[in-house]
Amino acid sequence: MTKEEALYKYSLKMGDNALVHSYRLSEWCSNAPLLEEDLALTNFALDMIGRAQAFLTYAGQVEGKDRTDDDLAYRRSERLFTNSLITELPNGDFAHTIARLLFVSVFERYFFTALQHSSDTTLAAIAAKTLKEVKYHATHATEWTMRLGDGTSESKKRMQAAINNLWMYTGELFETDEADAMLQGLNIGVDMPPIKENWLQYIKGTLAAANLTLPEDTFMQTGGHKGIHTEHLGHILSEMQYLQRAYPDAKW
Amino acid sequence: MVKQTLTKEYILQLLSVIPDPEIPVVSIYEMGMLRDAIVQDNGCEIILTPTYTGCPAMGIIEQDIKMTLQAHGISPVTVRLVYNPAWTTDWMTDIAKEKLRRYGIAPPLHSSCTLDTFAHNIVACPHCLSEDTVLVSRFGSTACKALYQCNDCREPFEYFKCH
Repeated sequence: MTKEEALYKYSLKMGDNALVHSYRLSEWCSNAPLLEEDLALTNFALDMIGRAQAFLTYAGQVEGKDRTDDDLAYRRSERLFTNSLITELPNGDFAHTIARLLFVSVFERYFFTALQHSSDTTLAAIAAKTLKEVKYHATHATEWTMRLGDGTSESKKRMQAAINNLWMYTGELFETDEADAMLQGLNIGVDMPPIKENWLQYIKGTLAAANLTLPEDTFMQTGGHKGIHTEHLGHILSEMQYLQRAYPDAKW
Repeated sequence: MVKQTLTKEYILQLLSVIPDPEIPVVSIYEMGMLRDAIVQDNGCEIILTPTYTGCPAMGIIEQDIKMTLQAHGISPVTVRLVYNPAWTTDWMTDIAKEKLRRYGIAPPLHSSCTLDTFAHNIVACPHCLSEDTVLVSRFGSTACKALYQCNDCREPFEYFKCH
C-alpha cells in the first residue's frame, strides 16, 4: 500500500462517518421532541455534512482520479462505504440518538484533538476546524445523557437500554488497519490506544454521574471499515443516491 | 475600456462590499471570511475560509464574488476554500460587532472561549443592553448563533457564538 492509498482510505473513512451520521441526524428534522432540539440535531447534521465535504474532497484529490466529493458520496455502492456501523443504525428513540451522539462525538473530540497535530497540513486544518464543532456535539450529548439518566424512571430505563444496545458498536470506533498503522508511522495519523483510554474514562464518568450502568464488554460488532454493513446502510443510500442514480449528473 | 494593472488591493476593495448572505448588515470582509486575492494575469484566485464547515452561505458568497469581479472585467475568477488557519470570531472587526448588535444580534463576547465558559458568559441584550439575560438554546437559525432571551425587556434575541 502506498502512502496515497492509505491517505485516501483514511480520509474516506472520516468522510463516510460524517456523511452517514449526518444523514441519520437530519431525519430528526421536524420530528424532535422540542423545537430547540430540532435545531440542535439539524445543526449537528449540517456540521457533519460540511466535514464530509472537506474529507471526501480531499480523498478525491489524494486518489488522483478526478473524483469529487459528490462522486464519492453518490456513486459508490454500500460495500465501498467504510463508515463505522454505529453511524448507520436507525435513530430509534431519542435516547438511542443521544447515546450514539455521546459515543461518537466524545470519540471524535479526542480523535480530532490528536489529528490537528498531523504532519499532513490538510488533515490538520480540517481537524482543527472540526474540533470546534464536535465540542458542542459532545457537550450536548453529555448533558442529555445526564438529564435522561437522572430523570424519570421512564427516561432512565430508555437511556440505559440505549447505552446497552449500542455498546457492542463502540469497539469498532477504535479499530485500526494497515492504512492507519502506516499513517501513524508517518505522523500523519493518530495513535489510537490513548484515545480509547480517554474515551472510556470520560464515558465511565458521564454514566456514573447520570446514574447509569456501564455495560460489560462482551461481543463487539465489526465490519463497517471493510465495507461489511448492516442492512440499514443500503436503505440510506437508496434514498440518498436516488437522484444521481436515476438522473446522472443532474444539477440543482 | 482602459485596462489597469490588477492589484490585490483593488480586488479586495471590490469584494469588501459583498454582504454576508445570512447577516446582510456585515460584509464578508468584516466577518473575516475573505482571506486573500492572488492576481493571475487578467483573472484572480480568491481565498475564502468558511465560518462553519457546513455553512450553506458559502455557495452564494462564491457566486457573489464571481459576479462582482466579472462585472468589472476580471476573468477568470476561481474561489478556493481554505480551512487553515481555522476561522475564529477574533477576525470579526469591532465595526462588524457593533453592526451586529444594532441589527439585533448580540456579538461574540471574546475569542478563544471554551465551552466551559459558555454557561457563565454574560451576554448583554442587543436591544436594551440589560445584562440580565438567559440562554434558551445553544443552537439557533444558523450554525453560528445561539438563542437568548432578555429578562428585562423580554425580547428574544440571537447571540453570535464565540468560535
